[in-house]
Amino acid sequence: MDYTASEMMMVAAARALKNDDVCLVGIGMPSAACNLARLTHAPNITLIYESGTIGAKPYVLPLSIGDPELCETALTTVSVPEMFAYWLQGGRITVGFLAAAQVDRFGNINTTVIGEYSKPKVRLPGGGGAPEIASSCDQVFVIVSHSPRAFVPKVDFVTSFGFGTGGNHRQRLGLTTMGPSLIVTDLCLMRPHPQTKELLVTSVHPSVTREEIAIRTGWPVQFAGDLAHTDPPTAGELAVLRDLLNRSGQAGGMGPS
Amino acid sequence: MPRFLALTDAIAEYVHNGDTVAMEGFTHLIPFTAGHEVIRQGRRNLTLVRMTPDLIYDQLIGMGCARKLIFSWGGNPGVGSLHRLRDAVENGWPQPLELEEHSHAGIATAYAAGAAGLPLAILRGYVGTDLPGVNPNIRFIEDPFTGVRLAAIPSLRPDVSIVHAQRADRAGNVLLEGIVGVQKEAVLAATRAVVTVEEVVDDLRVASSNSVVLPSWTIDAIVEAPGGARPSYAHGYYRRDNAFYTQWDAISREHETFLAWMNENVLRKSSSPSPPIRGRRKG
Repeated sequence: MDYTASEMMMVAAARALKNDDVCLVGIGMPSAACNLARLTHAPNITLIYESGTIGAKPYVLPLSIGDPELCETALTTVSVPEMFAYWLQGGRITVGFLAAAQVDRFGNINTTVIGEYSKPKVRLPGGGGAPEIASSCDQVFVIVSHSPRAFVPKVDFVTSFGFGTGGNHRQRLGLTTMGPSLIVTDLCLMRPHPQTKELLVTSVHPSVTREEIAIRTGWPVQFAGDLAHTDPPTAGELAVLRDLLNRSGQAGGMGPS
Repeated sequence: MPRFLALTDAIAEYVHNGDTVAMEGFTHLIPFTAGHEVIRQGRRNLTLVRMTPDLIYDQLIGMGCARKLIFSWGGNPGVGSLHRLRDAVENGWPQPLELEEHSHAGIATAYAAGAAGLPLAILRGYVGTDLPGVNPNIRFIEDPFTGVRLAAIPSLRPDVSIVHAQRADRAGNVLLEGIVGVQKEAVLAATRAVVTVEEVVDDLRVASSNSVVLPSWTIDAIVEAPGGARPSYAHGYYRRDNAFYTQWDAISREHETFLAWMNENVLRKSSSPSPPIRGRRKG
């Protein structure tokens, strides 16, 4: 069955989520992946959007983090200060699912500026909920299309802290959570090396070569010794994903790219 | 007891040049109609506070109302950039814009601290990020009991907060429902509070004793402004105009198209004639 690299990315991201996860969902591709998980192998996953909607089950993917679809399908909707204080900071979320403009070799994320902060080449939207999602969730998954522009040796600005300069940097700052344990791209899966915390390619998507990954990564990327091969999307996964994106696009939400 | 005012009078009286102004609403209930009146009245040198500046602050910034922005996420949700915000930051058009940048957790906590009458907000936040390096209002303190290092930021105390809500009763009590965001905290943290509502009714129709109700004595002025959140939405009244949010990307990209749109849709529109207010009382 034919599929696009972007579909492979969303399917691979969805597979990483478990039925008992409590997931704080970023808008865009994270939201697509999380709802795909909910509609396939993880029907009981709890999806939380930072607008305060807990247990949202959107029929169509929202365009924004606070679309009415989320509140109308949620178990409960809490205020935004409560969301960040009790639910995120309180340590009740197992996975934070983020997108990124730049990710570096130690999993630090930039969504703030390209170039210097005081004289930016491109002013990006900023951190939003991400800085504390990255520090307070048990672990963080990141979904980002694989390009040298996105995968840089060092981010221009640390919006959301990953592993800093590597090693035990998180522990030295008093962080007890895992940080970015999985990066999902349209080419591969990456996970941090257990000691150095440098991101390693751990699974390659079908018909992707090592050379392609190396060319599209901005540092000399390493491959895990026990490198895996990602299973292609199943017909069932693709059908659910396409149906979800089509009906969302028709409803004015996030549609097929 | 708040005063029931026409929009022009409420903005004229409660929003002044140089004020720190918070217009809140997390995607939902964004007070567009009130923001447009601030633009029409030509307010200048405002410090604008909002977690998610959204289109309304893009418009205020592009029309030269703001000198500073306190915020945590400045994009067009699901669409891309806020081009007027970017242009002000990257090119100083129509004037430079000072940024005080936080995270959502930081601003939400700072409003809550303001509402609680505290001088500062503390949170487990900003750890390892570059934000404290560019924002001197993010510092770290030691918990005197455990020694744990925590982020501290000044509480937010706007001169005026403006929010939009579903309805008010004739005594001036206000109900908000759906995604209630940070509006209660923004109103309670502010020196003055102006609320626009979809309708003024006899019965507030409070769904539960735990509904978000702002008692009349927490509010200075109420303006009946049906559709006052469009193109954002009012839960139970109308949906979010996602198509307009998408179109704004093209409208706002160039100065000419932006100014033409503002001229046509904001400046040349007189504030909607104030609907008859039943049960208006002396303030």
